[in-house]
Amino acid sequence: MKKEIEFTINGERRKLIVKPNELLLNVIREDLGLTGTKYGCGTGECGACTVLVDGEPVVSCLTLAVAADKKTITTIEGIGTSENPYPLQLAFVETGAVQCGFCTPGMILSAKALLDKNPNPTENEIKQAIAGNLCRCTGYVKIIEAIKLAAERMRGRKR
Amino acid sequence: MRKFKVVGKSVPKVDALALAQGKPLFTDDIELRGMLHAKILWSPHAHARIKNIDTSKAEALPGVHAVLCYKNVPRVIHTTAGQGWPEPSPYDIVMFDNKVRYVGDRVAAVAAETEEIAERALELIKVEYEPLPAVFDPERAMDKGAPVIHDEPDCKYIIPVFYDPKHNHCAHIDLEVGDFEQGIKEADFVVECKFKTHHEQHCSLEPHTCICYFDPAGRLIIRTSNQVPFHVRRIVAQCLQVPERMIRVIKPRIGGGFGGKQEVLIEEVCAMLAMLTKRPVRLAYTREEEFVSARVRHPMVMWAKTGVKKDGTITAIQLKVLSNAGAYGAHAMTVMNNTCAKALPLFRCKNIKWVADAVYTNLLPGGAYRGYGVTQAAFPMGVMMDEMAEAIGMDPVDFWKLNTIKEGETSPIFKALSETGRGVEMIVESCSLPECIDKGAEVFGWREKRERYKKQSKGPIKHGIGMCCLVQGGTVPLIDMASAYAKMNDDGSFNLLIGATDLGTGADTVLSQIFAETLDIPVEDVIVYPSDTDLTPFDKGAYASGTTYLSGMAVLRTAEKIREQILGVAADILGEPKEGLRIENKGVVSGKSGKRVEFSQIIKRALYGKDQFQIGATASEFSRLPPQSFAAHFAEVAVDTETGQVKVLSYVAAVDCGTAVNPKLAEGQAEGAILNGISYALTEEFIFDDRGRVLNPSFTDYKIFSAPDIPKITTILVPSYEPTGPYGAKTVGEVNINGPLPAISNAIYNAVGIRLYETPFTPERVLNALKEKRKSKIKQR
Ligand code: FES
Ligand code: FES
Repeated sequence: MKKEIEFTINGERRKLIVKPNELLLNVIREDLGLTGTKYGCGTGECGACTVLVDGEPVVSCLTLAVAADKKTITTIEGIGTSENPYPLQLAFVETGAVQCGFCTPGMILSAKALLDKNPNPTENEIKQAIAGNLCRCTGYVKIIEAIKLAAERMRGRKR
Repeated sequence: MRKFKVVGKSVPKVDALALAQGKPLFTDDIELRGMLHAKILWSPHAHARIKNIDTSKAEALPGVHAVLCYKNVPRVIHTTAGQGWPEPSPYDIVMFDNKVRYVGDRVAAVAAETEEIAERALELIKVEYEPLPAVFDPERAMDKGAPVIHDEPDCKYIIPVFYDPKHNHCAHIDLEVGDFEQGIKEADFVVECKFKTHHEQHCSLEPHTCICYFDPAGRLIIRTSNQVPFHVRRIVAQCLQVPERMIRVIKPRIGGGFGGKQEVLIEEVCAMLAMLTKRPVRLAYTREEEFVSARVRHPMVMWAKTGVKKDGTITAIQLKVLSNAGAYGAHAMTVMNNTCAKALPLFRCKNIKWVADAVYTNLLPGGAYRGYGVTQAAFPMGVMMDEMAEAIGMDPVDFWKLNTIKEGETSPIFKALSETGRGVEMIVESCSLPECIDKGAEVFGWREKRERYKKQSKGPIKHGIGMCCLVQGGTVPLIDMASAYAKMNDDGSFNLLIGATDLGTGADTVLSQIFAETLDIPVEDVIVYPSDTDLTPFDKGAYASGTTYLSGMAVLRTAEKIREQILGVAADILGEPKEGLRIENKGVVSGKSGKRVEFSQIIKRALYGKDQFQIGATASEFSRLPPQSFAAHFAEVAVDTETGQVKVLSYVAAVDCGTAVNPKLAEGQAEGAILNGISYALTEEFIFDDRGRVLNPSFTDYKIFSAPDIPKITTILVPSYEPTGPYGAKTVGEVNINGPLPAISNAIYNAVGIRLYETPFTPERVLNALKEKRKSKIKQR
């Protein structure tokens, strides 16, 4: 029994027919071809599949596609443009927060959700916001630095 | 020291922005028309013979295109270790065998239209097992009557080394330099302890992933997340019994490797399925499969005995090593050898004895893991140093400084042994370790904290500090080779094609910087294309801390050859002798006449003008004298004596990687390695049941550190200049993962007076040791 759902993803309205048990991750990667969202565990433990649903970070590997019906979804492809990357993306590049880059999309989206609500987070708040996003490469040091830098810039204090 | 324009600058990683934008860069980010999905059936038994497999029902399932098992796949004995040929690992594995040797061993594989169908097909495969007794304890593996894990007649090494599979004896080497017993006699104090280290999974965020398909010319393309594309090509050709020219291996961006992808783990199965079905096939591990059927860091049992004089001279070192290779011997001997070859040259001692064995057991096979044996040996050696310092009443900082190798010195170990066996005589050409120790101690506040923690507070939380020094040799001498090819384009930009494999480390960036420095161009003018066996020249791959150093030298030599060609054309244009010309900022300048000609003019002349030719060159380099990278690590811990919880509060690493070609990337390498090491020391642990099953194959139960867990980590780069490396560079990938075990163990001792000889340092172990300590105190009274 397939179901029709409709959502807005990266500013675009999409109608899709999905199986009731289809995962949002698979719909995003396979049906919509947005491969910036990653599979790292499939069990909600690594955060590589993080997307924003109505502004909240969710692990798309544990979210049913039907649960996204009528919602607004943002994936990594939906923030910034090629010519004009999102401040977090630039800050990650500049601080050396990207090593293999596999955790990066999820990490940036979790950070975006934080900064959207709290433009001036403490280091602890940053750490908590990305607690569900594992990174094996960086030791998180430069990731935290990147989020701080982006926050500062987005608050307009630093260019 | 020379001044550089591009080297030594933290230019942004060349692929970082695309990665941060989520561009389709990884193996799994493509979808091919008609692609099938593969799944593997794993053994539920630790040791069993397969009496029969019935795959007929699975084959009959609609949507299933192929089922592989030992019955329909040629038996080609090989090694999965991604090493140079002839591989220094035993040939003890076949694609599918009629025997399984650990829970998670491969039994059969299916390719089907969807993953779901493939999974259903697995359930339809009927396997008749005859369970055999298993052995899990490495100290029991060579006992009389222990089950023989490799009883197949065709297992062997293809190099002349010791091998006795009938007794589960996978490797053995011993050596002695000087006279160990004499050294013990000369000592005022002798320390002797037994140590144990545990299994560790790499946990690269991207699981092993491979996609195989045929191009229109009928050649097999293997797109894979792998650190050693050229070895993949060779080993898959071997397994499939096809010529290597039939195969092209492409490495996209890799989502972390850490050694876990220095292995041909899935490529040959995926390729075989593609060959049989004539369809593209995708094979990707789940996270659970990463834990139960990939590779791990070899756990080791080690016995150390050392002698020291009152004046601080170390008179004797003995290290006995028993490495648990698990079910297959990939990397077993070489990892074992590194517990001596790459770990012991750190110590100034004339009398060293080392005895090492690797044994088969019915557990997960060991493999390559960042640190590669040095991590294991650094633990006992780092703790023994602390014990010796204490025995003679010397501060560890002073004791380490006194007893570690210096610039211009040699170690008898260099000549006696290398990773693969034969060593090379050499001296340490560059070493800033003494400065690392000083700077690290200062930034960390060693002396002040040492004093402060002499008086502990009344409460349950006690504080302590510990340190250690580390070495890691880069590359395997006389074996490893790297190469590069570059050509100049119309606009004066360059394509740089490198065999080297960037697995997230930043190698593409660092190598571009070395190239740009040599030709005095900005990094933006270098278009780097890595690791494609059809297009790029050979490189051994990303391992043994070799990329910056060795691939860097290959790139440097390539650029130098190109420089000569450019100068030649410029000389022709300017009508001046080549000798008086030099390269400067994308052009060539004459020292004599002051005339200048731009790269863009030079290449136009070469391509279109006169005596046309392609400005381009290839060069390679092999390892002659492996450089040594050093580090001094300092850890500060809080130990809760009520719960046994150990928390690392701060961690300082002072690192000598020669010239840091890109300081930010070098720091990133250090930070990642340190945190990996800390989480290995404290929380990461495989739990096996009595039948050899992994009970915690998930990130929830196998705990790696996340952001809230991290201590304050400070990395200090302390440059030295390595004359054999590109612009003085050495390597930085591995050395820093070796520090946390000994540094934290020493810090715990400093805090609460217990020595932990077994890893990880879990609350339970800490509490037990505290209990023991209390008991022994009561006895003493
Ligand atoms: S893939 Fe969803 S949390 Fe890991
Ligand atoms: S950069 Fe590799 S996992 Fe985070």
